[in-house]
This record gives sequence, structure tokens and C-alpha cells, in this order.
Amino acid sequence: MSSDAMTIRAAGAAGRPWVEAVQDWITTVDHKRLGILYILYALLFLLIGGLEAIVIRIQLMRPHNDFVSPQVFNRMFTMHGTTMIFFVIMPVMFGFANYLVPLMIGARDMAFPRLNAFSFWLTAFGGLLLYFSFLGGSGLYGAGNAPDVGWWAYAPLTSRAFSPGHSADYWTIAVLVSGFGSIGTATNIIATILSMRCPGMTLSRMPLMAWMTLVMSGLVLISISPLSAAQIMLLVDRYLGGHFFDTQAGGSATLWMHFFWIFGHPEVYILVIPAFAFASEIIPVFSRKPIFGYPVMVAATVSIGFISMSVWAHHMFTIGMSAASNTFFVLTTMAIAVPTGIKIFNWLGTMWGGKIQFKTPMLFSIAFLFQFLIAGLTGVMLGTAPFNWQLSGSYFVVAHFHYVIVGAILFCIFGAIYYWYPKITGRMLNERLGKLHFWLFVVGFHLTFDPMHIPGVLGMPRRIYTYEPGRGWDSWNVIVSVGAFIQGIATLLFLANLVLSYFKGRKAGSDPWDAWTLEWSVSSPPPVYNFAVIPAVRSRRPLWDQKHPEDPDSRYE
Amino acid sequence: MSAITTPIAQTPGTWSLPYRSKVGMACLIIAESAIFTIFVVAYLYYAGKSMTGPTPREVLETPIFYTICLLSSSLTIHFASRLLERGSRGAFLGFWFLTILLGGLFLFGTGREWHRLIYGHGLTISTNLFGTTYYSLVGLHAFHVTVGLILLSAVFLFGLAGRVGREQSARVEVLSMYWHFVDGVWIVVFTVVYILGR
Amino acid sequence: MRLKLRGMKWGSVRRRAVAILLLVFGLLLAADLSTASIPDDNPIPSIFEPHSTPADSIFHLSRFVLAITGMIFLVVFVLLVYVLVKYRARTTDSPHEPPQVYGSTQIELAWTVIPILIVVVLFLATTRVIRAIQDAPEPANVVEVTAIGHQFWWEFRYPALGVVTANELHIPVSDPANPTPTYLKLLSADTDHSFWVPQLAGKTDLIPGRVNTMWMDPHRTGVFLGQCAQYCGTQHAKMLLEVFVDSREDFQAWVNAQKQPAKQEEDVGAGRHVFETTACVNCHAVAGTLATGRFGPDLTHMMSRRTIASGAAENTPENLGMWIQDPEMIKPGSLMPAMKLSDSDQDALVRYLETLR
Ligand code: HEA
Ligand code: HEA
Ligand code: HEC
Ligand code: CUA
Ligand SMILES: [Cu+2]
Repeated sequence: MSSDAMTIRAAGAAGRPWVEAVQDWITTVDHKRLGILYILYALLFLLIGGLEAIVIRIQLMRPHNDFVSPQVFNRMFTMHGTTMIFFVIMPVMFGFANYLVPLMIGARDMAFPRLNAFSFWLTAFGGLLLYFSFLGGSGLYGAGNAPDVGWWAYAPLTSRAFSPGHSADYWTIAVLVSGFGSIGTATNIIATILSMRCPGMTLSRMPLMAWMTLVMSGLVLISISPLSAAQIMLLVDRYLGGHFFDTQAGGSATLWMHFFWIFGHPEVYILVIPAFAFASEIIPVFSRKPIFGYPVMVAATVSIGFISMSVWAHHMFTIGMSAASNTFFVLTTMAIAVPTGIKIFNWLGTMWGGKIQFKTPMLFSIAFLFQFLIAGLTGVMLGTAPFNWQLSGSYFVVAHFHYVIVGAILFCIFGAIYYWYPKITGRMLNERLGKLHFWLFVVGFHLTFDPMHIPGVLGMPRRIYTYEPGRGWDSWNVIVSVGAFIQGIATLLFLANLVLSYFKGRKAGSDPWDAWTLEWSVSSPPPVYNFAVIPAVRSRRPLWDQKHPEDPDSRYE
Repeated sequence: MSAITTPIAQTPGTWSLPYRSKVGMACLIIAESAIFTIFVVAYLYYAGKSMTGPTPREVLETPIFYTICLLSSSLTIHFASRLLERGSRGAFLGFWFLTILLGGLFLFGTGREWHRLIYGHGLTISTNLFGTTYYSLVGLHAFHVTVGLILLSAVFLFGLAGRVGREQSARVEVLSMYWHFVDGVWIVVFTVVYILGR
Repeated sequence: MRLKLRGMKWGSVRRRAVAILLLVFGLLLAADLSTASIPDDNPIPSIFEPHSTPADSIFHLSRFVLAITGMIFLVVFVLLVYVLVKYRARTTDSPHEPPQVYGSTQIELAWTVIPILIVVVLFLATTRVIRAIQDAPEPANVVEVTAIGHQFWWEFRYPALGVVTANELHIPVSDPANPTPTYLKLLSADTDHSFWVPQLAGKTDLIPGRVNTMWMDPHRTGVFLGQCAQYCGTQHAKMLLEVFVDSREDFQAWVNAQKQPAKQEEDVGAGRHVFETTACVNCHAVAGTLATGRFGPDLTHMMSRRTIASGAAENTPENLGMWIQDPEMIKPGSLMPAMKLSDSDQDALVRYLETLR
């Protein structure tokens, strides 16, 4: 296809009615459009999940508050957790993978474009189904209610006896369906990376982003499926009268816990590895140096993937396992600190001796480094089983995982959006608004999640809709809630930036950051077919080679 | 409009990558294996924990014949795809049909066993833990056999219409990967249900 | 807003914001500490103020872990700040790219080996505490209590002493010279719960179909607060726990009082009649009467408890009346139905309940 033909088609598109444009988007199988759909969809759910967090925080602002009833509160944290994990972070990550991986490895599309569209719509349908529960959760005989079983949906709370109506089924089926979508996308990403690389793009020359996405997709295959299996069992229990998790008939509540966390722990690395990927692309560019220790970074990622399969029971230290099991899971949990530490040090090594430019994407990545360090260290505290017997199920855990999920992952996602927005839309995001967003979010984040550790230490359990005054938790909760509002305002600012810059932003050109990977070699936004001529590469930084023909990377690899 | 602002020189030479559909099928098989693993773990975990009868020892009969059918279908599909690669379409169709027949026979065997258990011994999925785990595990496998049979039949029909030739042999190979997987899973399920679980 | 920001220098805005934040932090802290300084018992269930051996061993381990992780944090943080300050791009820099460094095996080896060593140390320290708590030998004279979690209250049974009570656990203080630790057998009647009294021990879950155990040996008398720490349904929040650590004599006196059947006082016969002819008896037990239900808390000595419904309200006649009229007013989602009694019946009933000391 010649590029002229494409231009003509694009020009024609401008005059068409919006219905057709919408139809174009709905029926698209283009990896870039699907990537954008994934990201927009996730941003929408970020607002919804964030709004639920705000409801939680208003309710907890003072003791004995009655802003919402306990039933509503329980639905809020269940929906907040489920939404944020399955319908915000996962789709964002898949969105970026979809958009960037083919461009980065010099391919024209994903391996299976139609499977790609199908997977996205499965995920989309899952999210809609989950929220439909607000209307249909009680079945035909009453007003709706959303699931209220927590995002782990522990047995036997999910059995018919304790969760009548259909709200628990909405949770199960929505997550099951989106899980199939995730497996489809992961399959697609793996096939793309293994089978669609351009000439010269050997595995050891792939951008780290591609490597980490590969590992993340592998983890999706082996860890989402156990959850799907367990959910099928739950449906058998609820609809066919099975006894898998029916404690009255000999079924086991702990078996669900094991199945859930065999999924749940790798899941958190599924979420964080793409965040590592963003940092590994952004930090080198703004330090003006190649990533430090590329092979070690790859090895560390792969070993995190493997170790993460064997640590799940650190979420279950309090269920009364034997001392031997506890000891084993302490060891595996701590082992993960080693490869993760390697990464932190390698990023530091990348910045060392560089010329660090504090552009917005880099600011977010630096904050990520700092916050992930703390989050990882509180993780290690939780990983020492006896300490965990005190901290588990308390607000300390909530603080730990928001520190990772918001402080590390969400920050990286923001960074990634600032970094790749010019590629996706052709315009730069406003740098001043970006910096304001950054600082406001940093303040909001630390105001929310730093103090949150303390009520945990003072004995405040999570998932409580109200608490007793005078236990030393009151003021901390006020600060936490104020911080959440500041985060909300910062998020709105960010959205404003996204919209304003789309219309008014400075034109980006194909390579605004003076970067080195292949996606910056094509125009912004890239043409439908990505590359007019499939490129060939000789090193990890093809554009560096081109910009510095006197000193190409290929000489050192 | 130029797509590439900084064109990159093409290097000549050979550059071959794995066939993407094969990679895709391998991924699917990995995911499916994880699903089956969880069901197998549940089966073993609950073996002997039922609070009421009937127990596996009382009611299960080892389906040797049907197992032989399913396992030999792995051989026939292997021959079929080899034959297609060599271009002998008639022989391919013959072996392909045999595969469908053997798979169908296996499914019939499962159906008969279920009929006997339900009507002869009153064992349903809600009777006890054994019923729950047994029907789920064997049923999950039977579901995969069914899906496989539908796909195989589709290929067979296309073959009768003369649409399956040598060019399709790579795709047929992908389908046979799936079929081998379904057979392999049966070996595990068989061992777990009829040997270890009793 | 924008104008103002432009007028001021960014640095001063930031500094002022930080100062205000610090001030707010300080004030709030002071407010917290002043409400917290209630005499007699410190009501803050902090894990860092242990009063029992398991909680104490955990406290020691946690200090060790905090010290090590704190040190790691300091080292990495200082490195990060150094890098950011030293290697930031300056306008005076040469226009060339900095030297392109791809890695260094020695350095990378160092930052693999050192964390491995730290992990080994942490692991060994942890293992010791796991053993010390989970494999501690059981001394001869222990107090055995079976704790059963219900949606949303606690049932406590002392099989050896013949006592059944709810929500407020009484145990004797354990003198290190002559230890009388309490061993809890943890069961659940419905969903998962978790027994957590931070100052006495780490938490252990109560899981249906499973028997868990935990122990504690409080070193001083007093009341220790805790609550259910595993999400168990609508009212997980109001499943509070109070542990009364009594001197040996007080504990013995309490046991003796609890063993008595309910007093039969003549002047509340009307209330007793209401009680015995309503559904109450299906769910509640009162020793010495025909009420033998086990779905709700044993009421034989309910007036000896400080609170009703697992800490949801103080045990006063008004609250009792409200509770019987409609538990939703005090604890929405509780599994006791509204009894819809007439006013006179209800008053009589409350007067009867008040005699259950
Ligand atoms: C999303 C990402 C994410 C990530 C990356 C992590 C990372 C880690 N997590 Fe976290 N975790 C969650 C998300 C995440 N977690 C969530 C969502 C939950 C709760 C779910 C729920 O209950 O709802 C949870 C809960 C959780 C628990 C259970 C708490 C409980 O409920 O009782 C534990 C316990 O061990 C734990 C531990 C760890 C550890 C050891 C790491 C390690 O990977 C951290 C490793 C990193 C470092 C250690 C820092 C850098 C290293 C160095 C600088 C080297 C030197 C350091 C040493 C030698 C120590 N996490
Ligand atoms: C991706 C994961 C993710 C993210 C991003 C977040 C983000 C946030 N979370 Fe969430 N959280 C979880 C995952 C996540 N959380 C999980 C898994 C649980 C456990 C659930 C369970 O126990 O089952 C949990 C539980 C949880 C709790 C504990 C509830 C409980 O145990 O009772 C709390 C309490 O403070 C909380 C708060 C917050 C806050 C304040 C944010 C903030 O960062 C949110 C900031 C974003 C916004 C505020 C939205 C943007 C703006 C608007 C919508 C405009 C309107 C707002 C204003 C005008 C102010 N979360
Ligand atoms: C369907 C069962 C049921 C019936 C009938 C019932 N109760 Fe209850 N009751 C409960 C449950 C369950 C609780 C614990 C509620 C909680 O703490 O969440 C409870 C708690 C109580 C308490 C508080 C006990 C404590 O120590 O905390 C009192 C008092 C009480 N009920 C009195 C009564 C009276 C009087 C009646 C009859 C008029 C009655 N109940 C009928 C189930 C029942
Ligand atoms: Cu009981 Cu939470
Ligand atoms: Cu984990």
C-alpha cells in the first residue's frame, strides 16, 4: 500500500458523519486504535474507581460517620479494588503494550489483529457487566446491589448462604470474562514479540519495554487462568449446587485462598512489570545514557517472574499454617527483594554520570523510584511472618499496596502518558500543567499514603466502615482523606491537560525527546501501516546509531 | 507524507521467526494447562473428604477402551497432518475422519459413564465433594474434546469441499497441537481420577 | 490564583506550603494525643506497646526489621539525591551527550550479593521468632478457651471451667515465674474472622471447617482492645473485642460468678414471661431457663458485660431497649431481627434482662 493512498483515505475521513467515525473505532482491528481504546477505557474507570475511593475517604474522615451505610461502604471498597486492578491498571498496561510493542519491534501490527479486538471488547464487556450489578445485582426482584465480598471474594462469604441474589455472580462473571480477554491479549503480545520482529531485532536487542511486556504476558497466562478456574468452580457451587467452597459439606475455605493468591500475587507483578518497563524507557532517554546493565535487567525481570509464582501464601500468614510453611514463604518472599533491588540500582546506575533533564515524564519516574523503594521495604516488613501477624489485614497493608500501586505504578503510567502522548496524538502535553499535576499529585499522594501506615500500626483493621473514637486513629484519617481530595484535584488537572493539549498542544514532530527506539522513527501519530519500509536494526538503540554514525551502539554489543 | 522521517537501511540476510499461530497455540495450551492444574489440585485435595457416599471406589469403572480410543486418535491426527504436508489429500481426509470417529467414541464413553453414575448410583454434581470434583474435572475435559471435535469437523467439511490443501498444512498442524494437548490432559485426568483418586 | 502564583517565586510558595503542612500535622497529632491520654488503660491498641510474650517477640523482631530496612532506605535515598543533584543537566554543560556506559559486571555483582546477605540475615531472624511463637512448649497449667467467630460477635467457651460468655474475654494475668498462659482454640460458625488484640499477640484467623490455635500470656492486668481483622460481612467493623486481664483472684471470682445459673427474681416475672414466649429463646441461652438457643450470644450474665453486640453500644437500659426494638438502629446488618414488641412488653423485658448479672 502506498502512503498516498493512506493520505487520501485519511483526508476523506474528516468529512464523514460521526456515526461512521464511531463505527470505525468500534470495528477497528488496528493495534494503535485498540491501544488508545484500552487507555481511554482505563482512564474512565480510573475516575469511577477514584470516585469510590473518595466515598470511602469521606466516610472514614471521622469516627461514627454515617455518610454511607455499611452495606454501601462494603460495595464501595469491593468495586474500588476490583475496578482499579482489573479495569484500570491491567487495561492501561495492555493498551500501552498494544500501541507500542509493534512499533518498538518494527512490526506493522499485532500477530492476531482480530483476536486483539475481540480481547479488548471482552474486557470492556466485563467492566460494563460489573457496573451493571448496581442495577441488576439482586436479580429481578429488587433494586440492584453491587458485590460486597471484597476483591478477594473469600469463601464462604461468596456462597449462596451468605451472598444471596446475584451480586457475587456479577463479580465472578465480570472478572472471568475480562480474564479471558487478558489471556487473549497476552497470547497476542507473546506471538507478536516472538514472531513479528523486524530483521536484526534479536531478542537481546529488543527494547526493555518489549522484554518486560513479554514476561508480564507470560505471567498473565499462568496466573489469570488459576483465577478463571477457581471462578468456574465458584459458579459450579452457586448454580449447580457443587461443594468446592461449601464449608458445610466438607469444602474448604482455605483452598479458595490458595487459588486466589496463586493468581493474586503474580497479578501484582503483572501490574508492576509494565511500570518497570516504562521507567526503563524513560529514565535512559532523560539521562542521555543507555540503560545500565541491560542483560541483568532482563535476567532480573525473568527471575522476578519465576519467583513470584512461589510466594502467594505470604497473603495467608494468618490462616494458621505450620511453622515450616510459614518459613518457606518468608524465604521466597524475601528472595524477590534481590532481583527487584538490582533493578533499582540499575536505574540509579543509568542516571549516574548522565545529564538528567527534569521533564515531566522523568519527574514521574524519579518519584516512582523513591516511592517504590519505600513500598518495597514495607513489603519486606509484611513478608516477615511474625510482623505480618500484626500488620496483616490492617491499614498498614492498605498503605503498602497503595504505595506500590499508586506511588509506583500510577506514577509510571502518568510518566508514560506524558512521554508517549506526543507520539499518539502528534502534540505535546502542556509542560507547565504537567509539572503542576506532578507536584500536586506528589503532595496528595504522600498526604494520603504516608500517614496511612500509622493507624495500621495502631491496630486499625481495613475494610471497616466506621471506627471507635479515641484509639489514636482519628487525626490520621482526616489527613488521609484530605490527601485523597488533593489527588482527585490533581487527576482532574491531568485530564484537563489531556483534553486541552489535544487541541492546543505544541506540535510534537516525530521525535520530540531525542530518543532511541523505533517508535520515534515514524511520524506522530504513526501512519496506519506503521512502517512504509520494514526497518532493520543492528543494535538496541537503532536511532542512536543513526544519529551518531561515528559511534554506533552496534560496535559495543 | 513520508512515513519514515529517518529511514533505516535494510540489511540483507535470512531472518526467520517462529510461525505465529503455533506460538499462539502454545500460549493457549499453557493457559489451559494452568486451568486444568487447578482442577486437578482440587480433585486431589478433596479425594476421600466427601461426607457422604457414594465414593469413587464404589462406583467408578476404569474406561480402558475409551481411553485407548482417545489416545490412538493422537496417532491418527499425527498421520493425517503428515499426509497433508506431503500433499495426499485423500489419505489425509481418511485419517482425519478416523480421528473424529475416535474422539466421538470417547465422548460417547464419557456420556455412558455419566448416565450410569447419575441413574444407576444417584451421583450428581451436588451429591458430595466427589461428585462435584469428578463432574467438574471430567466435564472440563469433555468440554475440550467437544470443542476439538467441532473444529476437526469443520476442517473435515472444508476438506470434503476440497478447500484443504498443502498450503493449509501449517494451520492443520496448529489444530493437531490442540488435539494432542487434549489427549495429554486425559492421561493426567485418567491417572488422577481412576488411579490415584481411588 | 494564577496571577498570585506569578507574583511570588515558586520556591517561596513551596516553602510556605511545606510549613503549613507541618503545622497541620503537628496540631492534629497533639489533638490525638490529648484524647488518647485517658487514665487507667491506654485505649490505643498499638502493636509497639506489647504486654505479652508473643506480641513482645514480634515487637523485637519488628524493631530489627525496621532498623535494617531503614538503613537500606537511607543508603538508596542518599544515592538517589546525590545522583539527582550531581548529574542534573545544566545550561553550562557541553552540548555533547555524556559518556555512554553500558554496565559493569563488578558493580552489578556487588549489588546482587549484598542484598542476598541482608536477606539471609532477615530470614534467620524471622525464622527464630516463628519457631518461638508457633512451636513454644505448652506449660502445665494453661487456661483453655474456645473462641468461636460468628457474624458479628464472639463466643467464648471455657470447657474446663464450664463457662460460656460472649464478646468480652476474661483471662488471668500470667506471672513469668509461674506462667498461666491462655490457649485459644479458634473456630468459626459461618465466615472467616480474625482474632486480633495487638498488644497481646499477632492475629490468627477463625476459619470454618478448620481448627486454629494461638496463645498469649499477658504480663499485666488491664483491658486490651482489639477487633475482628478479617472481612466477614456487613458488620465486620463492629465486631470489637475486649480482653480483660484480671488478677488471679479477680479471675477466679469472675469464673465463680459466671458459673451460677441465672437468678430468678420474682418482680420481673412479666419480663421473663415475654422472653420465654418470644423467639428470643430460639437464638439465646439463659442457663437455668428453657432458653437454650446458640445462634446469638449467651445472655445468662449479660449484665456483667460492659457493652452489647460486640462493642456496638454501651450496656445501658436505653441501649438495650433500642437494641430489642430494632438492632438496625445500633448495628445495621446485625443478624438479630427487630422483635417489634409492644412498649409495655419491651419495658418488662428490659427490666428482666437487667437482672441477668
Ligand atoms: C502491585 C504491585 C505490588 C508489588 C510490586 C509488591 C511488592 C511486594 N509486596 Fe506487596 N502487595 C500488593 C502489591 C504489590 N506488592 C497488594 C495489592 C497487596 C494486598 C492485596 C490485598 O490484600 O488486598 C500486597 C500485600 C502484600 C503482603 C500481604 C500483606 C497481608 O495482607 O498480610 C505481603 C507480605 O509479604 C507483601 C509483600 C511484598 C514484597 C516483599 C514485595 C517485594 O516485591 C518488594 C521488593 C522491593 C524492595 C525490597 C525494594 C528494593 C530493593 C532493594 C533496595 C534491595 C535491598 C533490599 C533488601 C535486601 C530487603 N505484599
Ligand atoms: C490500581 C489500584 C488502586 C488505585 C489506583 C487506588 C487508589 C486509591 N485508593 Fe485504593 N484500593 C485498591 C486499589 C487501588 N486504589 C485495592 C485493590 C483495595 C482493596 C479493596 C478491598 O479491600 O477489597 C483498595 C482499598 C482502598 C482503601 C481501603 C478500604 C477499606 O479497606 O475499607 C482505601 C481507603 O482509604 C483506598 C483509598 C484509595 C485512594 C484515596 C486512592 C487515590 O489514589 C485515588 C485518586 C483518584 C481519584 C480521586 C479519581 C480522580 C478524580 C475524580 C473522580 C474527580 C472527583 C474527585 C474530586 C472532586 C475530589 N483504597
Ligand atoms: C434470629 C435470632 C435472634 C433472635 C430471635 C433474638 N436474638 Fe438477640 N441476638 C442475636 C444475635 C445474632 C445477636 C448478636 C448480634 C451482634 O452482635 O451482631 C444478638 C444479640 C443480643 C443481645 C446483646 C448480647 C450481648 O451480650 O452483646 C441481647 C441483649 C439480645 N440479643 C436480646 C434478645 C432478646 C431480648 C430477644 C427477644 C425479644 C432476642 N435477642 C431475639 C440473635 C437473635
Ligand atoms: Cu468478623 Cu470481621
Ligand atoms: Cu503478594
